[in-house]
Amino acid sequence: MSAPLKETTPTGGSVPPRPTVGKTPTDPGEGRGEGTVLNVFSHGFLALWGLLIVLPLLWLVLSSFKTDTQIGGSAFGWPQHWSLSVFSRAWDKGIGDYFINTVIVLVFSVPLTMLLGSMAAYVLARYEFWGNRLLYYFFVAGAMFPVFLALVPLFFMVKRLDMLNTYQGLILVYIAYSMPFTVFFMHAFFRTLPTAVYEASVLDGASHTRTFFQVMLPMAKPGLISVGIFNTLGQWNQFILPTVLMQPQKGGDPERYVLTQGLIQLQQQQGYASDLPVLFAGVTIAMIPMLVVYLSFQRQVQAGLTSATLK
Amino acid sequence: MRKGQYRFVAGFLFAPVALYLIFVIWPYIQTFGYSLTDWQGESQTFNFVGLDNYKALFQDDIFLKAIWHNILFLVFIPVITILLALFFAFMLNAGGRSRAGGVEGVAGSKFYKIIYFFPQVLSLAILAVLFNAIYRSDEGGLLNGVLTKIGLVDSQNPVEWLNEPNLVLWALMLVVVWHGVGFYLVLFSAAMQSIPRDIYEAALIDGAGRSQSFFRITLPLLWDSVQTAWVYLGIVAMDMFVLVSSMTANMGAYGGGPDHDSEVMATVMMRNFLYYGKSGYACAMGVVMLLLTLVLSVVTLRATRRDRIEY
Repeated sequence: MSAPLKETTPTGGSVPPRPTVGKTPTDPGEGRGEGTVLNVFSHGFLALWGLLIVLPLLWLVLSSFKTDTQIGGSAFGWPQHWSLSVFSRAWDKGIGDYFINTVIVLVFSVPLTMLLGSMAAYVLARYEFWGNRLLYYFFVAGAMFPVFLALVPLFFMVKRLDMLNTYQGLILVYIAYSMPFTVFFMHAFFRTLPTAVYEASVLDGASHTRTFFQVMLPMAKPGLISVGIFNTLGQWNQFILPTVLMQPQKGGDPERYVLTQGLIQLQQQQGYASDLPVLFAGVTIAMIPMLVVYLSFQRQVQAGLTSATLK
Repeated sequence: MRKGQYRFVAGFLFAPVALYLIFVIWPYIQTFGYSLTDWQGESQTFNFVGLDNYKALFQDDIFLKAIWHNILFLVFIPVITILLALFFAFMLNAGGRSRAGGVEGVAGSKFYKIIYFFPQVLSLAILAVLFNAIYRSDEGGLLNGVLTKIGLVDSQNPVEWLNEPNLVLWALMLVVVWHGVGFYLVLFSAAMQSIPRDIYEAALIDGAGRSQSFFRITLPLLWDSVQTAWVYLGIVAMDMFVLVSSMTANMGAYGGGPDHDSEVMATVMMRNFLYYGKSGYACAMGVVMLLLTLVLSVVTLRATRRDRIEY
C-alpha cells in the first residue's frame, strides 16, 4: 500500500533474505550433528501445523480416486480402485479446455506484462523528463484501489471494444492490471543497476533501445524472475476479472473459461449431476503446475512474494 | 541526441500508459460518474440522480449487513493470522536450544517453511473446492468425519458449517487463516533473521528469558512487518468475494447465504451488477468500498505507528 514510497533500496530481487551467519541451521539435519537438543514443544506445534496444511490436500487428492458414494459415505477409507481414468474424465469434462485457455492467456499476458512494465519502469527510473515523478505515482497509485471500483465501467469498456469473452481482451486487461506492481518493482530494480555499464554501452555507440534490450534488461534478470513469478501466480489465480469478462455473450459463443472460473463452474454443476471425483481430479490437475513451479522456484517464490509485500 | 532521447522515452511509454489509461484509470474515474446515475447497463440512456444511489445504499439492509461482515473479517482475520504467524515464526527461529546458550532456530525450519508457504500459491478457487469438501454437511466431510470419530459430533446430525448463521463467517475465516499464515510466517521469519544476533546475546547476558526477549526485542523490531501484514490482511478482509461467492448458499447469485448471513460488499455489488443489472447502484457500492479501504489503510498506519528503530 503506501509503504512502497518509502525507499528505493535494492528490492532483494531473487536474493532471499539470508540469515545472519551462524544464526540458524537452515539446512535440515545440520543442527543435529551439532548436538542441538531439539525443543520438543516447538517441534510439536510446527509439525501439527504442517500436518494441518498437508493432510487436507492429500485427502482431496485421495478422494479423487474414490467413487461418489464412497465420498458421501465417510471421510475416511481408501479408494477401491487406483485408476487414473478419473483424471482423463476430468480433462474431457472441461478441465482440459479451461487449462488450455489459461495457458493461452498467460503465454501472452505474462511476457507482455514483463516487457511493457520493464519498458515503462526503465524509462521512469533512468531518464529525466518533465512529468516523470507524476507518471510514476500515477502507475503506483493503481495498486491502492480495489479492483471492484473499476469493474462496472471496465466491463462496458471491454464490451465496446468488442472484446468480451475473447483471449485478447483478457490478455490486455491482465497486462493493464499488472502494471502498477510491475512498474513499481522494476523501477526500484533499475535504479540499483550501475550507471557505468550504461555509459559504456552508450559510448560504444549503442542506441537507447539497444542499450535497454541488450545491456540493461539482461542485467535486471533477477528482478524479472521475481516479478515474473509474482505475475504468473497472480494471473493464473485470478478469478474476479475472468468472471466478469469471460462469459459467453450470445447463444453460439463458445465457453472460454479459465481454470479458476471453470473449477467453480464445475463445482456449481455438482448440484445437478453429482460427480465429485471428477471435480477433485480437476483440482488435482490444477494444483500440479503450481506445485511444480513452487518446488522448483521455491526460494524465488518465497523471496519474491514476501519482498513484494514489504515494498 | 536529446531529440532522439525524447522520442525514445515517448516510444517506450506509449503502450504501457495507453493500456493502463484505458483499462484501469478511465474505468476508475468513470465509476464515480456512473454512481450518480440510474444507469441499467444495457441501455445507453440514463438519468442523473445525484446522491440517490448512496442514500439507497445506506437503507439497503443487505448491504449494511455486508459492511458489518466485512468489519468482522477486518477485526478477526488480521489478529488471528498475525498471532499464529508470529507464534510459528518465533518457534522456527528461536524454538531450538543450542549448546552455545543462545536461542537457535529449530532444525528443519527450511522444510517447514516450504510446507507452510504452499497454500499461498494455490488459487482461491482451489481453496473453495477443497474447503467445500472439508465442510460437507455429512460424514463425508473431513471436519464432520473427524469430529464424529472423536465423538464431538453426533453422526445423526452433523454440523452444517456453511449453513449455520453463527458458523458460516468463522468457517470462511478459517480458510483465509489457513491460506495466509504460511505467507506471513515466512515474512516475519525473514524479518526476525535480519535482527542482529548480538542484541539477543546482550539481552541474554542481562538475564532476559525467552519470552522477554520476544516481547522486548523481537516484536518491537518486527513492527514494520506486522504493520504491513495488517494492511494486506485488511485488504483481503475487505474483498472475500471468491470464497463467499463459491462456498456459501446462493442468494440469487454469488453466494451470501444462508439468509444473507455471509454477505460481503463485493458479493452484493457483483449481484447488483451482473444479476440485477443495476450498474449505477453497483458503482456506488464500488465507491463505498474504495472509501472504506482508504480509511482502513490510513487508520491502520496511524494506529500502529511507532518510532522506527534503526539497527
